[in-house]
Order: sequence, then C-alpha cells, then structure tokens
Amino acid sequence: MGKVVVVTSGKGGVGKTTSTAALGAALAQTGKRVALVDFDVGLRNLDLIMGAERRVVFDLVNVTQGVAKLSQALIRDKRVDTLFLLPASQTRDKDALTEEGVAEVIGALREKFDYVFCDSPAGIERGAQLAMRHADDAVIVTNPEVSSVRDSDRIIGLLDSRTLKAERGESVNKHVLVTRFDAARAARGEMLSIDDVLEILSTPLLGIIPENQGVLRASNVGSPVTLSEPTNAAARAYMDAAKRLEGEDLPVVLPFQRQGFLDRLFGRRAA
Amino acid sequence: MNSIAPIQNTRSAPVATKQIRFNARSFVAFALAPEAPLSAWFDGLDRWTENSPGFFAGRPVVLNLNHITLHAEEVIDLVDGLADRGIRVFAIEANGIDDLGPDLPPILTGARKIEVEEQKAPRQPAGPPANTNEQAPARAAEARTLIIDTPIRSGQSVFHPHGDVIVLGSVGSGSEIIAGGSVHIYGTLRGRAFAGVMGNPDARIFCQKNEAELLAVDGWYRTADDMEPSSRGRAIQAFLDNEVIWVSALE
Repeated sequence: MGKVVVVTSGKGGVGKTTSTAALGAALAQTGKRVALVDFDVGLRNLDLIMGAERRVVFDLVNVTQGVAKLSQALIRDKRVDTLFLLPASQTRDKDALTEEGVAEVIGALREKFDYVFCDSPAGIERGAQLAMRHADDAVIVTNPEVSSVRDSDRIIGLLDSRTLKAERGESVNKHVLVTRFDAARAARGEMLSIDDVLEILSTPLLGIIPENQGVLRASNVGSPVTLSEPTNAAARAYMDAAKRLEGEDLPVVLPFQRQGFLDRLFGRRAA
Repeated sequence: MNSIAPIQNTRSAPVATKQIRFNARSFVAFALAPEAPLSAWFDGLDRWTENSPGFFAGRPVVLNLNHITLHAEEVIDLVDGLADRGIRVFAIEANGIDDLGPDLPPILTGARKIEVEEQKAPRQPAGPPANTNEQAPARAAEARTLIIDTPIRSGQSVFHPHGDVIVLGSVGSGSEIIAGGSVHIYGTLRGRAFAGVMGNPDARIFCQKNEAELLAVDGWYRTADDMEPSSRGRAIQAFLDNEVIWVSALE
C-alpha cells in the first residue's frame, strides 16, 4: 500500500506545484513508483511543469466519472520510468470532482504506487479539501512571510479536522517545507526566520528550499528541477527533503548565500 | 507587577448576556444594546464586525432597548440594519413596551424574574445593573474548564460559554478563544481572546507570550494597536478594572 501525500499551502503562488514535481521526481529517481495527481481542476499547471502538456488525453475528471480508465489517463514520464502524472482537467471546474470518484481513484493509485502526491489547488475550499481528504502525509509549502504562514496555519487546522485520518481520530503526518528562502534577506530581517515560521506553525520541518533561478528555468523547460539541474542548490534541498519524507534522519542546513554568510551556517535537526 | 498604563476604551458592541428560560430550558444569547445616536453605534458595530467577520453568524442575538427610547419605525429600521449585517434578532427586550407589532421579533419581558437562580440569590438593593450577581450562581453550577492540548490554528474558534479555557499550545493569528470564564494560554497568543463573555468582569486572560490581535474581558476590549508596545512579546495578564482593560506583565 502506497502513501498518499498532499502538497498544500492555502496561499497561491508559494510553490506547491513546483514542489510536487521536484519531490515526486526525486523519489522516483530512487526507484520508487510515484504518481503525481493534479487536483487543480480548471487551472492545471502540473502538466506544464512536468513537460507533459502535449501528451494529455484523459484527465482526473474523466477517470472519476468513468469516461476513461486510470491506466489510460496516467502519463508516464519520459525521463524517469517510475514517475507518472494524472493531469487535471483545464475545461471543468472543481465541482466536477465528486467525493466518491476521488476516493475510488486514490484507492486505485494507492494499490499501484509507492507514493501518490496530490497537488492541491490554492484556497481552503472544496478543491483543496478533496485533495487532502485521503492524505496520510501532508507537505505544507510556506514562504517565509506572514500571510503565507498564517494561511498555512489555517490549512493545518483543516488537515487536523477535515481529512479521513482526522475523522477516524488519527492524525495526518504534517511537514513544513519552506520555499523561496533567501538567507541574505532573512539575515537582514526582511523575511521571517525559519525559527519564527516553525514556532508559529509548531510543525516539523521537511526542508528549506533556497530562492534560486534554476527553479524558474526548470519550470520553463518543463522539467522538475531535481531532474534538469540535479546539482543546483534548490534541487539538492528537494532531494534531501524527499529523503526525509522517506524517514531518513538528515539534519536541515540553512542554505547560505556566498561568503560571509558561511558563519550563519548552522545545523538543525529535522523532527 | 509591572503595570502598563491603561488606555480609556470606548465600549465595544456589548457582548453582555441574557439567560432565558422556557419550560426549564435555558439558552444563552448575546445581547446587543444600541446607543443613541444609532448611526454612530452602527459605525462602531461595523468596525467590530470588520475585525471579526462572522462573529454573530449563527449566534442568537437579543436586542436590548432598555437604555434607548425609539419609535416603532426606528426599531424596524434598527432590526433591518442589523439584518443587513447578517445579524438576526430573535427577540427584543425593552422595558415599558408590551408589543411592537407582528413584523418585529417578540418582546422578552421578565426574563430575569423567571430565573430560579436569581430568586435564590440575595436581591441587590436597587443599585448597579449587577448582571454579575445574577449570573454568578448559574456559572458556579455549570462552570467547567475546557483544556485544549493542541495549537489553535488560524480560522478556528473555540466557544466555551461557561468556565475557563486552558490552551497548552499557541493560539494562531486569525483564531479566537471565547470563554465565559478566564482564558489561560501557555503558548503564544497571536489571535483574539475573549474572557467573561457571559458578563463576568472578574475574568482574566493570561498568556505566556502576548502577540494578541485583541484582548476582551466582559465586552470591553483592547486591540493590538491600543496595547503598549512594552507588553508585546511578554508573559502578561489582562484584567478589567473600572471598565478599563489593563495589560500587565507577569513576574
């Protein structure tokens, strides 16, 4: 039985889709069978980030409605053969998804894959709640700024109340992934520090992804940064985060910015 | 105790109380007491609801017109004005008025007199409005402490009308704790805390680290803007003295 991981944030534009692609690709490269499911029906992006937009025939809505079989809709990645994408529909809206349909699809994916990543739409409405519904684990993507952190706090409240696990009295394993972290700006006090973020969210840290040009470059060429630029600082941070998701106990190191900030380097334990 | 100078506050939309008893069932309602001039009062209410959208949503509200004299048409406008703001008045309390007509919510009369507890309590000589005295026995009978050992997340609202609320974690920005008794927070308070909402001026708010958006005791409140900067980020208690909220450092 595979693990269902929702990638969510509340706020839009913080890097949910980029992180879904990067973490999923990193895990698939280690031989895990990974499915990436785009829940952002109506505003799909994951197909573009994965470079699969020209191969989309069927989508999540088709599968939930029984128009297509799951095997017809899953797109195998051309670079890593254990990585699959289930795209969202761009022409429908989030009401096209039914709770029963989603349960069936996730149930079927869980049988076939080691990891099922659900890329949540922004917001806290129906679409986001369906994406988190079946999650075993949650990656909460946060930028180090107050509005993003408060929205993440709100999402954590929903993860603790609206998921199947929560309703059964269990709890979703939650991990905070801080993205677009700029060490120099944090040092100048222009961004929240990692300590502030973790203190507010009181949730363990999965990783810190530095602000990096390579991430945008990768998106534009339709490849997860962990595949296209594996030596890039952001890609390495995603790979480490993927290892932590696997249960490996790696210390989290603050990404540093040129010389002079080396002294700011300090280790941090991932909980 | 390191007192921080108080700031005289204007009365907020009063979150006073009314206990009603029908056939031995009692309900708790928020009583709104409009003050003249009504336009200014509505402005104040709008400011309040802007900060707490949904505060009145689904909550029973009684209109207390004992301190204001209005014509029937004005009462209709008032009820309509509240309805426009999503506040549904289910009853009106007004001394000396027997009936406002079928279009308006029913009049509540003698609500206090049918309170069993009050009859047992020693009657106050015509003095202060003293709703604390009326409430005290009821509170003692029903008071129960609510202990929450998880963080309160943004958007969550804890409503515990009788007794204290103890939170072992932090209270997030954009969340609220509403307690009939005192509020104790052993983490950081970044949201809003209301103590003594059922009319208890002796209730207090305690927190390990004050980053609160709003502190309120018995309907009197102070926003983050009104707090002394020196009280921020510290362990504090907030209490009511002479209708002024004091925020003082602990230790």
